[in-house]
Amino acid sequence: MQTASEIVTAAREPERAPESAPARVNVPDRVWSGGLLLLGLAVLVVAAIIVAELVHIGGPAILHTGVVAFVRNSVWDVTRDVFGALPFIYGTLVTSAVALVLALPVSVGLALFLTEMAPPSVRSIVSFPISLLAGIPSVVYGLWGLFVLVPLLRRPVEPLLAKTLGFLPLFQGPPIGLGYLAAGIVLAIMILPTITSIAIEVLQTVPGTLREGALALGATRWEAIRVSVLPYARAGIVGATMLGLGRALGETMAVTMVIGNSPTIRASLFSPGYSLPAVIANEFAEASGDLHTGALAALALLLFAVTVVLNIAARLLVRMSRRGPTRVAA
Amino acid sequence: MNSLAARRAVNWIMTGLCALALAVALVPLVSLLWLVISRGFAGLSWSFFTAIPAPVGETGGGVGNAIAGTLYIVGIACAIGVPLGVGAGVYLAERGDTRLGDAIRFIAEVLSGVPSIVVGIVAYGLVVIPMRRFSALAGGVALAVLMVPTLARSTEELVRLVPHALREASLALGVPQWRTSLRVVLRTALGGIMTAILLSVARASGETAPLLFTSLNNQYWNWRADQPTASLTVQIFNYAVSPYNEWHDKAWTSALILLLLVGSLALAGRLVARRRVR
Repeated sequence: MQTASEIVTAAREPERAPESAPARVNVPDRVWSGGLLLLGLAVLVVAAIIVAELVHIGGPAILHTGVVAFVRNSVWDVTRDVFGALPFIYGTLVTSAVALVLALPVSVGLALFLTEMAPPSVRSIVSFPISLLAGIPSVVYGLWGLFVLVPLLRRPVEPLLAKTLGFLPLFQGPPIGLGYLAAGIVLAIMILPTITSIAIEVLQTVPGTLREGALALGATRWEAIRVSVLPYARAGIVGATMLGLGRALGETMAVTMVIGNSPTIRASLFSPGYSLPAVIANEFAEASGDLHTGALAALALLLFAVTVVLNIAARLLVRMSRRGPTRVAA
Repeated sequence: MNSLAARRAVNWIMTGLCALALAVALVPLVSLLWLVISRGFAGLSWSFFTAIPAPVGETGGGVGNAIAGTLYIVGIACAIGVPLGVGAGVYLAERGDTRLGDAIRFIAEVLSGVPSIVVGIVAYGLVVIPMRRFSALAGGVALAVLMVPTLARSTEELVRLVPHALREASLALGVPQWRTSLRVVLRTALGGIMTAILLSVARASGETAPLLFTSLNNQYWNWRADQPTASLTVQIFNYAVSPYNEWHDKAWTSALILLLLVGSLALAGRLVARRRVR
């Protein structure tokens, strides 16, 4: 019996051939699909190359110093091959924090004004300058910061802050102009369009019925925003803020030009500091030896890891908020 | 419960604060544009576009080689980045409704947030180390790596705008998938894709950080892909942080030229998009 069934299947085999014949007609389709797939995979290849190169160049230097020592050591002395990243990490965090504190209220206020309050005609007029703000190259922001903002901070802004808020350690010391505060302000201007545009996108997904419900119950416009719009959009706005933070952490040229470039850790916002991208920008091209190059690449690896984690979290939040708050809770 | 008058007052105060946010956001923009135009305009002359930089103390000179270098490096970046970015975008739009497509889309989004200076180091490892010298090619590779993820995402969105009925009509007529994609879907989306390319080229032309240690800089004209090459952005940076006043003026004039270049690219992109809608 077995042999018989084998014979039967063997006999059926040729019958299948005509069925698969039309597949030959689709060869160009297969090529097209395959080609597209290859191009799509290019994105993954780019991602893999970024990680591989950073680890390849920066890895040995991290292992030489030790990960913990590298991150916690506050001395950066190229001539003695001592590489501690702490001053740069500190400067990056402080300037980004200043930028967020300044930019977040303005961005959210602006987004609320454009989506909830202003007439549509104003919105379409204003959307152009905001996109302009996003399109200005960072080196031009740096130029503006260096020759407009820094002199302005040196006199009168920083002396004024020292006089009024000088009891806080944040606002003490000589008013140099170049420093954490200048970098933070320039960063705030640069991340403003990022946060604003994503916040607008998020606010536009808030269902109109929520707003109308609050208004119908007698709420004023602001109360409707506070009670029904903002809670709905909260996750998305947090995501927008994180994307802005990611941009602030990695911003190079503008910060390099106004932060003062001094690898120190000071409490005062008036004092010059340094940031991760700034030290890479200043030292990489003239790095002395493999260890120095490696240490700078290790800083880049650190920066890369932090921004990737931030971006993943932010994108997930923005995505979730697009689907509504119920999913956020789940 | 607060009185109605108090609640109304809060409403108007908050509305006022939000309107104030608009003013606060526009102040730096107006200040920046005004200064770039007013301080940059004085230095504009024909020779500024055609001459190479003059040494310290000498008058005259220009940034002709830097303008050419920026166009050259961005050209290299386009040659590498545009086919990959647009191709990946078409893949995401046409075949991207799978788990792999989702993964690629998400990675492209995350990659578009990677700091450009990090990408500069990647290009350094990829091109500068094997070639043992800074080169226009390295700068182009850095900018291309920056272009691919953003271009992929914007291309996808624009291809997806093509009505499904168009595709179905073509397939119903017996046109094979690949011809439908190429001749019907992509052709319809072509204007949008041009916009996406122009905008990403505008962005790439304004990048400084990834060029600092890939294409470096050059005081002279250079048309060889394997040699260090000047760029407008790096030139602005060098002029701005120099201690000489006349170089600061040149930084402003170069910034004006850079803004005109980036602005006209972005404007061209918008015009192409508008014509497509009509």
